Amino acid sequence: MKAIEAQSLTKSFGDFVAVDRISFSVEEGEIFGFLGANGAGKTTAMRMLCGLSKPSSGFGWVAGLDIGRQSEKVKASIGYMSQKFALYDDLTVRENIRLYAGIYGLPDRLIAGKTDGLLAGLGFGEERETFVRDLPLGWKQKLAFSVAIVHEPRIVFLDEPTGGVDPATRRRFWELIYQAAERGITVFVTTHYMDEAEYCDRVSIMVDGRIAALDEPAELKRSLGAASMDEVFRLIARGAKRGGE
Amino acid sequence: MLRYLLEKEFKQILRNKMLPRFILLFPCMALLVFPLAANFEVRHLSLGIVDCDRSPYSSRLARKLAASTLFRLEELSSDYAKALKEIELDRADIVLEIPAGFERRLVEGEPVELMISANSVNGAKGGLGSAYLGSLVSDFSSELRSELGNSPAGNLAPSFSILTLYRYNPRLEYPVYMVPALMVMLLAMLCGFLPALNIVGEKESGTIEQMNVTPVRRLPFILSKLIPYWVIGFIALTICFGVARLVYGLAPEGSFLVIYLFASVFVLALSGFGLVISNYAKTIQQAMFMMFFFVITFVLMSGLYTPVASMPDWAQAVSRLFPLRYFMAVMRLVYLKGSGLGDLLVPLAALLGFAAFFNGWAVLSYRKKS
Repeated sequence: MKAIEAQSLTKSFGDFVAVDRISFSVEEGEIFGFLGANGAGKTTAMRMLCGLSKPSSGFGWVAGLDIGRQSEKVKASIGYMSQKFALYDDLTVRENIRLYAGIYGLPDRLIAGKTDGLLAGLGFGEERETFVRDLPLGWKQKLAFSVAIVHEPRIVFLDEPTGGVDPATRRRFWELIYQAAERGITVFVTTHYMDEAEYCDRVSIMVDGRIAALDEPAELKRSLGAASMDEVFRLIARGAKRGGE
Repeated sequence: MLRYLLEKEFKQILRNKMLPRFILLFPCMALLVFPLAANFEVRHLSLGIVDCDRSPYSSRLARKLAASTLFRLEELSSDYAKALKEIELDRADIVLEIPAGFERRLVEGEPVELMISANSVNGAKGGLGSAYLGSLVSDFSSELRSELGNSPAGNLAPSFSILTLYRYNPRLEYPVYMVPALMVMLLAMLCGFLPALNIVGEKESGTIEQMNVTPVRRLPFILSKLIPYWVIGFIALTICFGVARLVYGLAPEGSFLVIYLFASVFVLALSGFGLVISNYAKTIQQAMFMMFFFVITFVLMSGLYTPVASMPDWAQAVSRLFPLRYFMAVMRLVYLKGSGLGDLLVPLAALLGFAAFFNGWAVLSYRKKS
C-alpha cells in the first residue's frame, strides 16, 4: 500500500486554482520532498492531505484512507507540523508534550515515560519545565517535530520545518527526520532550501499549482544536466508565472 | 481527551497575567460603582418657592416642603419670572408658585390653584419631582382641611388621599433594584466575551491549526472551552453575593440554590453564544465587535434600565429572543420577591432552550476543515 496517493487533486479559491489536478504517490518509509516556489501551491496541497482543507475535486488517500470521507481517521494516523509555530507558548515543554500525547490517546502511564524519552533524545533535559515561548526558534522547531510524531504516526507532514534558522541548526533538524524515517515513519516535507532537497529519497517540484517534475534528486540532475538541485530547481521553475519573491 | 484539554485551559487562564485578577475585580467594581453612580433616585431637588401671598398659611406650606428630605429650599421669592430664570440657569429643579389670596381662598373654601414648574431636562427628576411635590401639597391641604373642620365649604375637594405601599422594595431603593440585575450583566460579560475571545485568539496565534490536525472531536473541544468559563461564572456570582450582602445588606428573599441553578443554565447559554461568534470571526477585532453589538443589545433589551413591562409591545416581543431578559427577571424575582423554582418554570425552560440552541450551534459550526 502507498503511504500517500493523490489523483487529480484540485483546490480552487474562486477563479484562482491553487492546486491544479496533481497526481503522485509516496511509498511507505520514504522521505518525500515537496518543492516549489512561494505560492506554487505546496501548503494548500499539504493541507488537503492532512484533512485541514476540503479538495475542490479529485481524490487523495493517506495511510489507505480517503481524505474526503475519512479525514478524521486520517488525522489519527498522521502527524503535522505547520509552517508557523503552533504549540502553546504559555505551556511548558513537558505540558505541550503531555497535551498532545493525551489528545492522541496515549494512556496516562505511558505519557511520562514517553516525555522523558523524547526530551532525552532532543537533549532538552534542562528545559523540561521551560515555557515554550522562551525557547530559541531552532529548539521550538525540534520540539514541534517531536510533538508531531509523539503518537508514532505512519506519516508525518512537515511544512517548511526549518524556516529562518542557520544551516547547522537545519542540519541537526534533518538528523531528527532521518531518525523518524528509520523507525518507519513516512516523511512528507516541503522546503525551499535546495540543500535539503538533496537529503530526500524523491522530490517533486511544483510550478503554478502543477507538478512539473518528480524523481530522485540524482536522476533529476542527470536528466537536466545540472550540477546541483539548486540548478534543477531554477531550470524547472523559470517558467513560473506566479509566486516568487 | 477532555481531561487533557481542560488541564491546558485552566493552566492558561491561571497563568494569564490579567485574567484571574480581572475576574475577581470586575464583580466588585461593577457592584460597588454602578448602583451608586447610575442612580435614578430623586432626592435633594432644589426647590424654588414663589410666595405671592406671604401669609401664615403660605409660609407654613413652605416650611413643610423645606423640611422634606426630597427637597432643598433654595430660593424664596415673590417674583415668578426670577424663579423661572433660576430654572433656566439650571440652579433650580422645580418651582412652586403660591398665588396671592391663597390663605383667604383656603379659609373661605374656594378652590386654590398652585403652579408647579419643573425642569425636565432630566425627565426622571422633573416627572418624579413634580409628583412628589404634588403629593406633599395635597398632604398639606388635607391637614388644613381637618384643622379647619367643618368649614363652610368643606366640599371643596374630595377628602381622600392615596396611600402608596411599595411591595418587595418598600423604600424604593435603587441598589435593591439594580444589584441583582447587574449580577446578570456581569455574568453575561464574563461568560460571553471570554470564551469567544479564547477561540479566536487560538485562530490568530495559529495554535488551533495544530489542534485541528489531531483527531480531537468537536464536542470535547467545545466543552474544554465552556467548562472553565462556567466555573469562572460561579466564582464571580459568589463574589457578587458577598458584595451585595456586605455593602447593600442584600440577601435574596428566595433561595441561593435557585439562583445558582439558573446561573448555571444562563452561563451555558451565553458561553455557547460566545463560541458561536468565535466560530465565525476570523480575528479578535471581528469577534469583539460582534460581541459588543449583541451584548449591548441584549443588555438594553433585557430590562436592566427600562423595565420590560414598560417597553412598547414590539420591543417586549423582541426581548423574548434574548436570554438576558429571562435571567434578569428571575434574579429580581428571587432576590426581591422570594420566588421559588415552581414560579419560574417558564424562564427556566426558555434558558434551557437558549443553552441547547447556542451550544448545539457552536458544536455544529466549529469546522476543523476549511
